[in-house]
Amino acid sequence: MATAASTVETAADVPAAGRRPRGWRGLPVVRQLRQSVGLQRGMLVAGLVLTGIFLLTAIFAPLLAPYEYNQLRDPSGPFGAQQEPSSAHWLGTTVGGYDVFSRVIWGTRTALLVIVAAVLMSIVIGVLLGLVAGYFGGWLDRVLVVVADAIYAFPSLLLAIVVGIVLNGGESSLRGGIMAAAISITVVFVPQYLRVVRAETVRIKAEAYVESARVIGASHWRIMSRHVFRNATRTLPLILTLNASEAILTLAGLGFLGFGIEPTAAAEWGYDLQKSLSDVTSGIWWTSLFPGLAIVLVVLGLTLVGESLNDLADPRLRTRRRGPATPADVAETSVMPGAYAADTLYVDQKGSEL
Amino acid sequence: MTTTPARDVVDIENLSVTFATDAGDVAAVQDVSLAVTAGEVLAIVGESGSGKTVTARSILGLLPETALTRGAIMLTSKDGGSTSDVVTLSRRDLGQVRGRDAAMVFQEPSTALNPVFPVGWQIAEGLRAHGGLSKKEARAKAVDVLRRVGIPDPEVRVDHYPHQFSGGQKQRIVIAQALALDPGVIIADEPTTALDVTVQAEILDLLRRCRDEFGAAIVLITHNMGVVADLADRVAVMYQGRIVEQADVRTLFSAPQDEYTRQLLGSVPRLGEGRARTAERAAARPAGWAAATPVVEARDLRIVYPGRLRQPDFVAVKGVSFSIRPGEVLGLVGESGSGKTTIGRAIAGLTKVTGGSLQVHGVEMNGVKERRFRPVRERIGFVFQDPASSFNPLLTIADAVAEPLVVHGRAKNPHEARGRVDELLEAVQLPKSFGDRFPHELSGGQRQRASLARAIALDPELLIADEPTSALDVSVQKRVLELFDELQRELGFACLFISHDLAVVDLLADRIAVLYKGELVEEGTGEQVLGAPQHPYTQRLLASLPVPDPDAQALRRTEWNRLRS
Repeated sequence: MATAASTVETAADVPAAGRRPRGWRGLPVVRQLRQSVGLQRGMLVAGLVLTGIFLLTAIFAPLLAPYEYNQLRDPSGPFGAQQEPSSAHWLGTTVGGYDVFSRVIWGTRTALLVIVAAVLMSIVIGVLLGLVAGYFGGWLDRVLVVVADAIYAFPSLLLAIVVGIVLNGGESSLRGGIMAAAISITVVFVPQYLRVVRAETVRIKAEAYVESARVIGASHWRIMSRHVFRNATRTLPLILTLNASEAILTLAGLGFLGFGIEPTAAAEWGYDLQKSLSDVTSGIWWTSLFPGLAIVLVVLGLTLVGESLNDLADPRLRTRRRGPATPADVAETSVMPGAYAADTLYVDQKGSEL
Repeated sequence: MTTTPARDVVDIENLSVTFATDAGDVAAVQDVSLAVTAGEVLAIVGESGSGKTVTARSILGLLPETALTRGAIMLTSKDGGSTSDVVTLSRRDLGQVRGRDAAMVFQEPSTALNPVFPVGWQIAEGLRAHGGLSKKEARAKAVDVLRRVGIPDPEVRVDHYPHQFSGGQKQRIVIAQALALDPGVIIADEPTTALDVTVQAEILDLLRRCRDEFGAAIVLITHNMGVVADLADRVAVMYQGRIVEQADVRTLFSAPQDEYTRQLLGSVPRLGEGRARTAERAAARPAGWAAATPVVEARDLRIVYPGRLRQPDFVAVKGVSFSIRPGEVLGLVGESGSGKTTIGRAIAGLTKVTGGSLQVHGVEMNGVKERRFRPVRERIGFVFQDPASSFNPLLTIADAVAEPLVVHGRAKNPHEARGRVDELLEAVQLPKSFGDRFPHELSGGQRQRASLARAIALDPELLIADEPTSALDVSVQKRVLELFDELQRELGFACLFISHDLAVVDLLADRIAVLYKGELVEEGTGEQVLGAPQHPYTQRLLASLPVPDPDAQALRRTEWNRLRS
């Protein structure tokens, strides 16, 4: 071995980028949170706080809610309809005699269940179809893309209504209602996942590492599962958060139109909103305000998280922390002895990093 | 050129550039001072990441927003009338200076031109932006400048769109665009890297004329020492953001001062270096070797890519015959589009053979079924060109190297294969601990060595190397080539080595085959092909290759001009 060559090598072969943080700091959302600065960080934090409150409320609903979602009376008698907010009913009662505060809190559960079911189903189906379509191409790909386009052209709420009717006719139990909403949302979302995953798969298929696996003799299944799958689904968390907020809106829309879940089966914000329509004109504000507010806040939180993750994933949109030195003082330093200026600059930036 | 020749058109003093990145601020250029005299060619050389492009781009204020520039860049107009400091200029003043005082020629001519406008319009746009010209005058000037850069029929061609020109012509148009306003200095960022050797020689000739006829100074950024020897008057060597040496071109090549410059010059492959080695290898072969069954045998091999709707089929390989015997290294040389990569891919079963016969390990590839070919794959290794994309970014190096072992059942899972993987990493001289790293944590050279480790994992009898070093810096390239040679001698695999670089092929190959437009025009040992080329294309190819020695290159240039006329 020529020693001269190896010294050049050590000098030239420095790793290109710093190591990516491992462990909990490398987890998707945590990493982006650490990476973000300024307004983007503000948006992400706000979104995460709202989403966090939503999740915690859904999990601890039985502890937080003073009454059941379908409770109409307590030991001291019926609640009474359209009661103003009081110490017994913090946010008043609805026209049907339910406690608004309890319904809003129990509503988070329904919303969360629908999101989880809808997103899980659409991801599994969409990713699978997208992988197959993108990897094998041919007529199957063309058919799937045409079908996806056709579903795209459908108004999503109308489609959701149709699916809802087909699935459970007039029945509206908790499971039936949630599944109807989830499946109708799934049908609308599958094309999105299919398209994203298919496009990524087509791109990745041409990458040298997939060709390299083909040269080695790896089977199609192995290439798809080991090399294409994880690389093609890296952008999914972004669509996922955005779709979660759309899922809530669709659920509320279904409920508002009367295709949702009956109040005896679960609490659902869209349904409550619809029932409070006539209240608004008679000056009863509490029955519509709080379910509406819940929808707005949850959708806002999820959208903020999704949008900021989206921006942070794109190096061109990502704002970066920078040293205290700004281009403005270049004119001044250019008269100074260069070596000195360069050294102080370097120290400054090192310091700011710590 | 009426002014005194000693005047500087660019004077960079204590330039420092830092970039804001995710990993904090990174200094790209530190304390660089440079001067470019009117009418001279200054070459800035260095490996990738040495800051040469950043330095040159800062002359035009063309750095991204994340960059922070310190120091002074004094840019003087060609007539010496005005001098301005680019670092402090406002956006509007910068627009004035760009094009008039300094212009830029980019690396990739196909992306530097806007595909939806005629080239004449694009040249005229720059002229009109600097005012004072009517549409007609601007067009006349565009025609004139196109003629001067050697575009035939400029009156007609001025209305053509970029896709109607070849790569070399496009680069000429980009140069015409730069010359349109008669700037004092042209910054050429790797102007010939994307071009074939024969086209490169023509562009270098044109750049030389820019200096002689237009009187423009040129800042030439390149990593190719042959190009430097061909064109430059003065050379600045950059290393890790600093200038380590500045000298005129003859002094630099004959008596380099800095240790780094010496190593850099020492790593450049030169023609003829491999001859003694080839002869020695040929002598060491056993008696019956020539009669042994070839590992790969092609007879009238034809590969056709089906055309799209209403477009004719594209014939990539037209009736090529060659064979690779066990333990032999065949170098396949040709320019882009000559079909050399297609042949390599066909042998590995990545591209369908459409005509003739191609036998790989005794299996006929014309119409082969994947099931029939699969057992043969075990005996073939492949090294890809681009080290950046040949590894799955989500697998560690050890997992990636273990992949062929797992696929062919030599190990149940990557973990079980780790012992063999460590051996392989050691064989390509990577530390064992690198197995736990991810591809992006390795440099290009390290990744290419890991790629070699993966290719030899199954101890194949045939290795296909598709331009394995063309994405690497010369110093790293030398290391990888040495390693390659060592492994080949130890393991004795036959090899198809594909490259566009004659000097690299000469270094490694027992025999060289020259491809031109899908046809095999010449085949023989390095001595035969490079010493006494028979085919006119080989002769032209050889004469176009710039050698890293200014005096020898001047002689070769005369020879090249003779061949051209």
